[in-house]
Amino acid sequence: MTTSFAKFGNELYTGKRSYNFVSSKKIWFIIAAVAVAISILLPVVKGGYNLGIDFRGGSEFTVSNVKTTDSAPGEKAVHDVVPGAVPRVANVAGSTMRIQTDKLSDDQTIKIKTDLAKAYGVTENQVTSTFIGPTWGQDVTKQALIGLAVFVGLAALLMALYFRTWKMSVSALAGMLVTMFTTAGVYSLSDFEVTPSAIIGFLTVLSYSLYDTVVVFDKIRENTSDIATSSRRTFAEEVNLAVNQTLVRSINTMMVAVLPVAAILFIGAGLLGAGTLRDLSLALFVGILIGTAATIFIAAPLYAWLRQSEPELQKQAKKVANRRASASSSSSETASV
Amino acid sequence: MARTGQKNAARRVLIWLVAIFAVLTAVLAGGVVTGHASWAPKLALDLEGGTQMILAPKVEGSSGINEEQLNQAVAIIRQRVDSSGVAEAEITTQSGRNVVVSLPGTPSSETRALIQASADMNFRPVITAGDPAAVPVASRTPDASLPKPTAAPANASDTNWVTADVYKAFEALDCVNPAQDKQPRSDPAKPLVTCEPATAKTPAVKYILGPVEVKGQDIVSSSFDPVQGAQGSVTNAWGVTITFDANATKTFKDVTQRLNQFYVASQAQGGNDPKAQFAIVLDDQVISAPRALAVITDGKPQITGNFTQASAQALSDQLRYGALPISFDIQSEEQISATLGGEQLRLGLMAGVIGLLLVVVYSLFQYRALGFVTILSLVVAGALTYLAIAILGWTENYRLSLAGVAGLIVAIGQTADSFIVYFERIRDELREGKGLVSAVANGWKRAKRTVLASKAVNLLAALVLYFVAVGNVRGFAFTLGLTALADLLVVFMFTHPTLQVLARTKFFGEGHRFSGLDPERLGALPLYRGAGRLRTPTEKPAVVRARNTGAAAEAERRMTIAERRLAEKQAQLAGSSNGTKEEK
Repeated sequence: MTTSFAKFGNELYTGKRSYNFVSSKKIWFIIAAVAVAISILLPVVKGGYNLGIDFRGGSEFTVSNVKTTDSAPGEKAVHDVVPGAVPRVANVAGSTMRIQTDKLSDDQTIKIKTDLAKAYGVTENQVTSTFIGPTWGQDVTKQALIGLAVFVGLAALLMALYFRTWKMSVSALAGMLVTMFTTAGVYSLSDFEVTPSAIIGFLTVLSYSLYDTVVVFDKIRENTSDIATSSRRTFAEEVNLAVNQTLVRSINTMMVAVLPVAAILFIGAGLLGAGTLRDLSLALFVGILIGTAATIFIAAPLYAWLRQSEPELQKQAKKVANRRASASSSSSETASV
Repeated sequence: MARTGQKNAARRVLIWLVAIFAVLTAVLAGGVVTGHASWAPKLALDLEGGTQMILAPKVEGSSGINEEQLNQAVAIIRQRVDSSGVAEAEITTQSGRNVVVSLPGTPSSETRALIQASADMNFRPVITAGDPAAVPVASRTPDASLPKPTAAPANASDTNWVTADVYKAFEALDCVNPAQDKQPRSDPAKPLVTCEPATAKTPAVKYILGPVEVKGQDIVSSSFDPVQGAQGSVTNAWGVTITFDANATKTFKDVTQRLNQFYVASQAQGGNDPKAQFAIVLDDQVISAPRALAVITDGKPQITGNFTQASAQALSDQLRYGALPISFDIQSEEQISATLGGEQLRLGLMAGVIGLLLVVVYSLFQYRALGFVTILSLVVAGALTYLAIAILGWTENYRLSLAGVAGLIVAIGQTADSFIVYFERIRDELREGKGLVSAVANGWKRAKRTVLASKAVNLLAALVLYFVAVGNVRGFAFTLGLTALADLLVVFMFTHPTLQVLARTKFFGEGHRFSGLDPERLGALPLYRGAGRLRTPTEKPAVVRARNTGAAAEAERRMTIAERRLAEKQAQLAGSSNGTKEEK
């Protein structure tokens, strides 16, 4: 890889080396359809997402007159009773600790209460518990969904205007939807708790996915702008060439975007365990990889497929076929496409 | 000489960038000196801790509070907190009774007052209305000719309420870009200068209003219905009907009697006297200012106009919400530590730094010396973002949460993409056999379109989510928009001009093998020399000795002839397997 990446780029540019992203679209579409189906079924089978305290509310313990304001004993007390929980421990006004957890059963509440009293060296009646409502309530979700819908609508309009064809908007949105569903599916599979951080990561992924598609589509637009007068390649082949020509860019961008995220996910979360960083970086890590792939394997082939039945492009495809038949000697250049 | 012209233009742009930096730094320094800002960005609740307030909502006239009212209370608080910036407060309920608000830092007395206050709705008559924009300082009325009250005001519509101070405030008020910081509650017995914010259909309006005449509590109910036509036929228009209680019915009758006279008197000129209007004021902002077309004797005014079903419902809800004044008692207010340990931030930052180093290594490996341009551009973008965050922390109360920090780290990818797109376009041009200077010019022309189109998507996402969403999502949108703007600024004002200048240096212009723009490596010449190898210690000196690189490159060329064939063979062998590796 060290010596040949530039050459790899050169060959992709000239078309000497080419991957059949467009013509083997059936395989990609089937893979995507299966992945999306699994991603939808998985949470259904598992009984929904593992929603965190911010969405469902939970229990709150207040420990007064504590001996230490360290958060570790509080976290341990909760972990011992509910393994895998992500308690939020904070020091409130001097010698009071506040511990928030997911919804607990009565048994668990009593046990944690005893443990907390022990951990902080206080008597049990200095530990009080109450239940708290979600910080991410219905109103936040509703506004976020409205915002998302408006954004997707406007983005589709923007792309349709810029590229002068609604088919690019449809393809880009299809790629985004595949990214969205599979990222959510992976999240469900990981069984990580869904937190506001994860949702933020998810929104970042959506904008990244559309952004990535626009960059590749702009190259497609450039390559296919004079398709009607050209007889060198068919429309689908031009699209494929554009994807190949931007492949080095796609890989480089993906790497640059994913490296810091991977560092946070594997180094940060590996050392820290659960928490904001892990939630956020998992959504981002998966989303960036899938988003980049969805542009190449889904959005671009879908666009070629949506347009290839247009009469003008069919005529052009015939022209290309005729030229190739008459000049079979030169076909070696395009045969691999 | 066109080339030197271009180079000068590039220099000018770079100087502009320096000027922008200087201005931003000066603004921030000014803030620091006056004690309002700090050099470090403000941190959010999860990293810095803050203040936790437990509020008990109270509905006037009833002892308890039901779930619906509690949710409404949360919505009211969220609206108020969001209106004072993008601080990402945490708002939740406790025991089904209380609202718990956690704010980063120590809330000022204004913020506390804002949170505690009940939703304040009342009706004031309009004295004057005007264009929403602030009058430019130069054309403001001189002190000598400011209005002077001649007598004590006879009623709430009397122009004698307009003192010199009130008029000055009226001229200075800007309703086009209203200030975000909340003013203290107005005195109901005094006139009020305020705005009616712009909506989709109507522009913003600036008003001087008389003292309060009818209070929001006096509303018994409000509803919205289609307006009945002349013969009871249904029209497309919607109206909002208010029902007042007995006392207010009488007061409102008197008010409309007075206002209607202004309407009748001005009918010759189209009935446009602003004094015929009464303003419905919620939390000191006008939500609607209908004209009194008739005297309302039954206490059931119907407001009609350009309502759609949705906007009629919105106004009706606001009226009812004013009729249900929820006030909040602060039960406890305590300092609260950061919910995330310092450990999280420390390890997070460490991971971020490691990630950044990986990016540096990757860019240098991919783009050789050009990688330095990427890294430098990222540094410039980072510095710009830092300044912006520090300044916005001061003006908008923007605070960085751990999620925000991670968002900024992720933004590195999207920022670097602008450079990657640009560099790849330049390489494409070189592959077509162009010289570097024209390759930079042409590559930029094509890359510019792509960069603008793709950043437009990000900016759109940021704008929509900022204006529609609430809470955390709003903070996210802010970060996204900020980084997209910083990125655009950097690619236009730093990366491109820098490349324009660099393209004229020998090192890049002659395509040194470590420049990342070597035409031969890019296949512009048929012969592949196998020049790309892992970075060797010779690279750095090569960068420094940019002047005699021409000769050095020549020597290099001679030396590698013998190795060339071998390298070619190896490359062929490695090429196919590598190719499939990259495919993912």
